[in-house]
Amino acid sequence: MRSLSEIETTVKRASRAAGYSWGISEDVGKSIRILELFGLPGVKNLNQYYKDKNFKKFENLNLISEENVSNTTPFCPIILGISFLDQVRAMKQIKKINFGVIAYPMIFLSFLSRASEIIGKKIYIKIDKNEFILNYNVNIFSNILDKNIILKEMNVEVEIIDNQDNFSDNEWKELYQLSENTFVEENESLKQGGAGAGLTDND
Amino acid sequence: MNIQLRDPKEIMRLSRLGSFHQSKLSFLRSFLDEFKNWEFKKDLFNLDENGYGEAVYSFKKKDRVYSLVCFANLISDEERSDRVIATKWDAAFTLYDGIPSKTDIERLKKEVPKQEIGRLSYKELTLSRANKSIRVFNHVVERLSKGLQPNLKLLSQVGYLYRTTAVYGSGKFGLADRFRIKNREEINGPFRLEMMLVYLVRQFTFDQVNHVAYHKDPKKSVKLDENICKNLGIGNSTGLGMAPFIVNHPTLLNNWIMSREIALQKIRQIKDVNDEDSNLFIECVTNSLTNITSWNTESEYQKNKTKSLLKDVKKFLDYTKNQFNFKTEYAFNEIYKWLEKETCDECIEYIVSIMMEPYDYITKPLVKLMSSDEEKYFDIPTHKKVDDLLKIIENEYSNILKIDFEKKENNQNFWFISKNKEEPRLADRYKENGSDLEQPLAIARDIKRLYKKLLTTKKSLSIAKFLSNNSELRHVVRRAFIIEKFPYSEIQDNTISKQTMPIDMLRLKLSFFGALKFDPRSDKWLRICMFQGAPLPQYLESYDEQWVYKVNI
Repeated sequence: MRSLSEIETTVKRASRAAGYSWGISEDVGKSIRILELFGLPGVKNLNQYYKDKNFKKFENLNLISEENVSNTTPFCPIILGISFLDQVRAMKQIKKINFGVIAYPMIFLSFLSRASEIIGKKIYIKIDKNEFILNYNVNIFSNILDKNIILKEMNVEVEIIDNQDNFSDNEWKELYQLSENTFVEENESLKQGGAGAGLTDND
Repeated sequence: MNIQLRDPKEIMRLSRLGSFHQSKLSFLRSFLDEFKNWEFKKDLFNLDENGYGEAVYSFKKKDRVYSLVCFANLISDEERSDRVIATKWDAAFTLYDGIPSKTDIERLKKEVPKQEIGRLSYKELTLSRANKSIRVFNHVVERLSKGLQPNLKLLSQVGYLYRTTAVYGSGKFGLADRFRIKNREEINGPFRLEMMLVYLVRQFTFDQVNHVAYHKDPKKSVKLDENICKNLGIGNSTGLGMAPFIVNHPTLLNNWIMSREIALQKIRQIKDVNDEDSNLFIECVTNSLTNITSWNTESEYQKNKTKSLLKDVKKFLDYTKNQFNFKTEYAFNEIYKWLEKETCDECIEYIVSIMMEPYDYITKPLVKLMSSDEEKYFDIPTHKKVDDLLKIIENEYSNILKIDFEKKENNQNFWFISKNKEEPRLADRYKENGSDLEQPLAIARDIKRLYKKLLTTKKSLSIAKFLSNNSELRHVVRRAFIIEKFPYSEIQDNTISKQTMPIDMLRLKLSFFGALKFDPRSDKWLRICMFQGAPLPQYLESYDEQWVYKVNI
C-alpha cells in the first residue's frame, strides 16, 4: 500500500510535470492526500485527468461568482479548486454557487474540503446524485440529509476494511511516470559532480 | 533583565547554522531521556558463525513494544558504498511497531535488505542500512578472538564499528505515515523513532562482533569491554538528501531553532548562577576538549574550523579561570557577550550548547515544542493585501533583498532530482543541463522575484487576486506568510550561490540529531558519529546525562 506521504510527493511532482506551478502543485499534493485519507479515489481521478489533459482543453476559472458556466470546455478542477480556496473568505455573502461543467469534480471536492476548514463552516456539494457534506476538512459522505429521520432497531453491518489503495498499480505507475518528468537525467558529469561523493567507501 | 532572542537574520545564515553543535535539545539525547525507563530485551539472535542472519531487539513499556529487526548479510568489499547507488549493505534494519511474528520476519527478510526498492507496510516505522568499518570490525574480531581487547588508538580514529548510510521514516517506501502514530506521548519529539533505530543498531554491532569473535575461537575469545562499547557510537554517512528537508519543513525548522534560542535567552536571564551549575558548565567545557582533539577529518575546511574552535575554547577556559567570576549578575549573559566579541561562530555555538547542560528545567519543556503540525500553517491567508506581504518581505528578508541575482555567481547552481537515483543533487546551471527542471529550493532568489513583482502591483490588491495572475510565485507567497509567524523558519542565505557550502545545511540538521565529529568528505556529503559515549541499553535507567562530554578513547 502506498503511504500518504508517497502519494503527496508523487502528486506534487506529477502536477508540476503536468504544467502547474510548484506552489499550485504543493496544494494539489495536499488535496489528493486528503481524498485518499478519506478513502476517496483521488489518485485515480487525478491520473485520468492528467491523461485527458494531453489531448483535451479545459477552461481556467480564476474568479468565482454565483453562477459559473464554462464556455466550450469543462472547467479545470485544479485551477477552480485553487481559486475557490483563495477566494472562499471573500465569498461570505454567497450562499449557493453553481458550476457547469467541471471536469473530474472529485478533484475539486478536495479543495472544498480544505475551504470548509478555512471558513469554519460546513460545505454541501452535490455531484450528480452523490451528495457530500464537507465538515471542516473531516469528510462525511452521505445521501441521507433528512435530519428528522430516526433509525430505530435496525440491523447494522460493520466491516473493517483492510489497508488497500483506492487505485490500481497501473494508475499509480502512470502517475509516477508523469512525476518522473520533474527529474533530471544525469550525464557522466552530473553523476560525478552532483552528489559530491566517492564511489566506494571502505574505511 | 530583558534579553532579546537572537536575530534570525544573523542566526539563520548558512555559515552560522553550519556551526551548530549537539546539545541537550538534540534528538538522540531527548530520546534516551524518554526511553530510559523502558524495558530493553534481545528477543532473537540467530546469526551464523560469520555473523550473518537475523536479530530482534525491543523496547517495551506496558502494552507498547518497538522492535528492531536486523538482517546481516555477506557482501564483498567492492559492493560496499555509502552512496545511494549502493544496492547491498552489510546489514539492514527496520523498526517494527509491536512484536514481529515469524511470518512478519520472513516478509521483512525479503523486503528490508532491498531498502529503496523493497516495500514496507504501516507496521514498520523506520528503515535503515549500515556498512561495517571493515578495518575496525575485523581488527576487533581478531583481537577479541585471541582473548585481547582492541587497540584503542585505532578505535578512536573511527569511533564506530558500523555506519548507517540512510535512515528513512514518515511514510517512505510504504512505512507508516506519521499521522498514524503522532499522538503517542513517547514519540512527542522529532525523529525519535529514527533515533531509537540507530541506538539499537549500535547494540547489534557490539553483539555481532562478540558473536563472530567467539566463533573464531570459542576457547580463547573474550567479549568487547563494556567501557569500550560505551565509547563507540554509530557512524553515519550523509549526502544532499538531507538538505531539501530543512527548506521543505519551515515550521519544523523554526521550532528546532526557536527552542534553542529560547533556551539561550532564558539562561542569559538567570540573575544568580549557583556554584553547582557553573561548575557543571565548566566541567563539561573542559571535558569536551577530548571531543575536539579526537575529531578526525581530512577536510581542510573542517580542519580549519576545528582548529579555530580548539583555540577559542581554550581561550574561553582561560578567560573563565582568570578573568571571570560566576558571582557576576547575569553571568551567562556576560559570557555570551564575551563570546560574540572574542570568538568564532563555531565556538559561540559550541559554548551555547554546553550552557544548557545544568538547566533541565529550561530544556525539558522545550523538547516537547520541537515537533510541528505543519498542515495547520499550509493555507495562504489570501484575504490579506499586497501591502501586508510587502511589509513582511521587507521586515523578514531584508538581507535576502540585498542579493543581486543578476550576478552569475549568485545564481550559479540549481537543485534537481536525479532521475537515476531519485535523490536531490546540486549542479552548475551554466555548465550542466537540467536547470529547466529546477526544484523549488532557491527560496532567496524567488523571494526577490516576488518582491520585485509586488513593487509594481497595486498595494490594496488582495493576495487572492495577486495569486490568480502570479501562480508561479505561489510557493514563496506561502513561505512569506509562514515566516511572519515563525521567524526562524527560513535560511537567511542564498542556497544556489557559487559560494554555498551545502554541508552547512546537513550539519544544521545533524547537530539537532545529536551528531558529533562532523567529517566532510566533500562540500556535499559528510560522515558523523552518533551515540559515542552513550550509556548501553542495560544501564539506561540511571545514566550520566553528561555522557557526551565523557568519551575516553
